[in-house]
Amino acid sequence: MAIIEVRDLVKRYGDTTAVDGVSFSVEEGEIFGILGPNGAGKTTTVECIEGLRTRDGGSISVLGHDPADDSTELREVLGAQLQESQLPDKIKVREALELYSSFYRSPADWNRLLEILGLTEKRETQFRRLSGGQKQRLSIALALIGTPKIAVLDELTTGLDPAARRDTWSLIENVRDSGVTILLVTHFMEEAERLCDRLAVIDSGKVVAVDSPAGLVSTVDDEQRIRFRPSAPLDERLLLDLPDVCDVQRAGSHIVVTGNGNALNAVTSLLARKQIIAAELRVEQASLDDAFLALTGRKIDN
Amino acid sequence: MTGLAKLTTTEAKLFFREPAGVFFILVFPVLLLCVLGAIPAFREPDPNMGGARTIELYVPIVISMTIALFSLSGLPGELAMYRERGILRRIATTPVRPSMMLAAQLIVFMIMAIGVTVVLLAIGRLVFDVDLPKQPLAYFLMYLLTVGTMLSLGLLIAAVVRSGKAAGAVGQVLFFPTLFFAGLWLPRAAMPEVLRNISDFTPLGAGVQSLTDAASGSWPQLLHVLVMVAWTAITATAAAKLFKWE
Repeated sequence: MAIIEVRDLVKRYGDTTAVDGVSFSVEEGEIFGILGPNGAGKTTTVECIEGLRTRDGGSISVLGHDPADDSTELREVLGAQLQESQLPDKIKVREALELYSSFYRSPADWNRLLEILGLTEKRETQFRRLSGGQKQRLSIALALIGTPKIAVLDELTTGLDPAARRDTWSLIENVRDSGVTILLVTHFMEEAERLCDRLAVIDSGKVVAVDSPAGLVSTVDDEQRIRFRPSAPLDERLLLDLPDVCDVQRAGSHIVVTGNGNALNAVTSLLARKQIIAAELRVEQASLDDAFLALTGRKIDN
Repeated sequence: MTGLAKLTTTEAKLFFREPAGVFFILVFPVLLLCVLGAIPAFREPDPNMGGARTIELYVPIVISMTIALFSLSGLPGELAMYRERGILRRIATTPVRPSMMLAAQLIVFMIMAIGVTVVLLAIGRLVFDVDLPKQPLAYFLMYLLTVGTMLSLGLLIAAVVRSGKAAGAVGQVLFFPTLFFAGLWLPRAAMPEVLRNISDFTPLGAGVQSLTDAASGSWPQLLHVLVMVAWTAITATAAAKLFKWE
């Protein structure tokens, strides 16, 4: 049974409909991503799930609770990490954890949380003196302090450097492995591809697809681009004659071959027959970016 | 420990980490009373003040100033800043309600304010020979009413002004006229009649006069009680209607 069930969710702000009939369900134990460009309605959707916003239509069930009922029971089992939410400047890490522990019936051992999140040495440090990554890890700790069954993480790695981002990702995988279901809001393709078991792609307040990252990628043409520098001159027509190749371009000393699924095989056997070595060989396949482009008609960063 | 108790102790710790706040709410009122009491003329009966000693008039004024400092220049800025930075929203996702944060701040303030008031009354009595309030019950009730009136005003500021900085600024701007009519620069007894009549209808003018009356042994005038009740009713209702946790 689904742990979160969203049906035909609608949320309006004045005349604009921010969320327009969104439906998806999250299964227990998975990392479910909500992917979309800024302003697509991702945050509004999860804020309705968290009970921070009142929806205008549709239904939501989180572990059998309706967030609109404003129930303490739901907030006991759902931990939230909000986008751009801070703490008082001068609160110490330890104090913040002790404070949030006191809000819950069965809080987690925050010493262990600190250890897992690599913040043990920062116990007595004030919030304002933490780095961006440390603040982010503290907000994850606070989302987990009530031993929730579900953690909702909104734009978790925005503003982090690549190394801190990667660290955070493996952390989230550990959290999932400990049995917490994770609902992750992101506009990073790489993050969605790396972390999520399944994804809802949202654009302009509507769900355009729900699938695994691989499933989404497979919906776009399985086109590949093969790029290499031949060790000896090579007649382009030979390549074009190959059954799986549809285009051949020259880029300086490199050749770029575009084709479908078996093109790589055909090209390498041709080169082998001609005893030509393919130096600097690179194969580019369709990515989640291409899938997103195909689904929404635009790139996510625009 | 329950959420509220932990929130209160945490807010108290945070209060003590802001030197400016500690100075203005805990140290400054005591300092001011001592400075005023150090002026020899203020310790003598003054015919311009209806025969009262000026220092006697200043004890309730300084007590009111403490209340105004927190209510106008502390609370609105702090609360608006907590809202601006998503701290109240973050608490809204936990089993604890964000109103508990407000409750915790008010508890911390009440403890500080009552503490400072006791110190001010004690210094008045021991150092400057000012009698303790002769109507302690009336004094206590008027104290609570004054606090309620000023806090409601502060909450209204926090409700209508969006950003923390702006709310703090608005509070400070209101602080000066409020204290002026409370008699900080010219005690009510020395005010021209026109000024005193205006002062009767300001929240802190009514508050100071009620405290002065209770200190001298009479019950406060109905006018001043009604003025404070009216201010509280209007500002508290408006604040409750307009206040947003996010």
